[in-house]
Amino acid sequence: MVTDSSDALLSVLAKEEPRILRSWLESLNAGDSPQTGRIRDAELRTQAQAMLQHLRDALGSGASDAKSEAFAPLRDMLGDISRSRALQGFTPAETAHFILAAKDPIVEALNGTGDPSLAARAWPISRLLDQLSLHTMEVFLASREEVIGRQGQEIAELSTPVVQLWDGILALPLIGTLDSSRTSVVMENLLQAIVDEEAEIAIIDITGVPTVDTLVAQHLLKTIAAARLMGADCIVSGIRPQIAQTMVHLGVELNVVSKATLADAFALALRRTGRAVVRAKAPAPTGEDRT
Amino acid sequence: MPVAKTDRLPIRSGEDVVRVRQTVRTRAIEIGLSLVDQTKIVTAASELARNTLDYGGGGEARVEVVHEGARRGVRLTFEDQGPGIPDLAKALADHFTTGGGLGLGLGGAKRLSNEFHIESTVGVGTRVTIARWK
Repeated sequence: MVTDSSDALLSVLAKEEPRILRSWLESLNAGDSPQTGRIRDAELRTQAQAMLQHLRDALGSGASDAKSEAFAPLRDMLGDISRSRALQGFTPAETAHFILAAKDPIVEALNGTGDPSLAARAWPISRLLDQLSLHTMEVFLASREEVIGRQGQEIAELSTPVVQLWDGILALPLIGTLDSSRTSVVMENLLQAIVDEEAEIAIIDITGVPTVDTLVAQHLLKTIAAARLMGADCIVSGIRPQIAQTMVHLGVELNVVSKATLADAFALALRRTGRAVVRAKAPAPTGEDRT
Repeated sequence: MPVAKTDRLPIRSGEDVVRVRQTVRTRAIEIGLSLVDQTKIVTAASELARNTLDYGGGGEARVEVVHEGARRGVRLTFEDQGPGIPDLAKALADHFTTGGGLGLGLGGAKRLSNEFHIESTVGVGTRVTIARWK
């Protein structure tokens, strides 16, 4: 509902806009959360102006709840701002400060009119701005979490590449912690690669796995069993001395051919597929020709 | 036995198990454990932390650096308020599992550490303490 007091409110906000804007920007640039440097003054001013414009539009429609339809454009705009702030590396406090800093100038402008009915509107507006700042926080955190989630997925995919060493010989260098979700990615990738490359032998290299406990061993055994069902033999390589000793104490038996290094495993794989690496000619004494 | 340093770590998720492992490794390196002993205590910690999470429903790990005379060591305590273990001898036996694992974790952790102590009360919880000395 649009009332006289709403009209009066809007006209005050419009009339006082230059002053509100000035002290708002001053408070953004000063204080304990400087927003300068990473954002140009002109950009900040544009954002502040747009936000006041949207606020006037929303108030003009008579809405007073930040969750209502009338505030949708304002919420979208604040969402965009806090998303970009999150990406630029602003702290949550700095992001919330953008909207909270508008509170004092607006409330002052309303009180400054000396009209008690307008001064009474200051309280709902201040609460409205609080709601909006919560909204910016929610968007800020959601976009941070989005980034973290995406990075997690990227790591999961990046760290489980299947590489072809030779015709029919695949290698899977495992790096980092093998938890259940990553292991399923590993297993899927390997089994798919076995099909795609028509591989006979898959070398699983665990040089980059810091700890091999029973869970990791179990994941390995399951992967090996699945590969075997598809007709591919597995060789486990990269078992370091301390890991070997620990696995013996644990009582884990990997019923699979294993080698200390990836090179040994590759040599074995070549032998099994009827191939051999031979020196084409004797090494040159000068050391220039080492083919 | 004087305790030089204590870390208390919650075990609520798979990431916490990783964090426990990292803390134990850092402490083991600090007191100068050999690479093999580091790996042993870290692996034992991994087994017990995962047991705390999977069977105890989560709990807490305490990582302590202890001094006894001239020797130094790491002592780990895993505590949960879970269902408890009805038959300890059976749980410690190899290849016994109630959760679909290999059934080697508890017995393996015992073999990987110098000291091993477990107490469990059905309906109250379980506490496992292990230590590895330099």
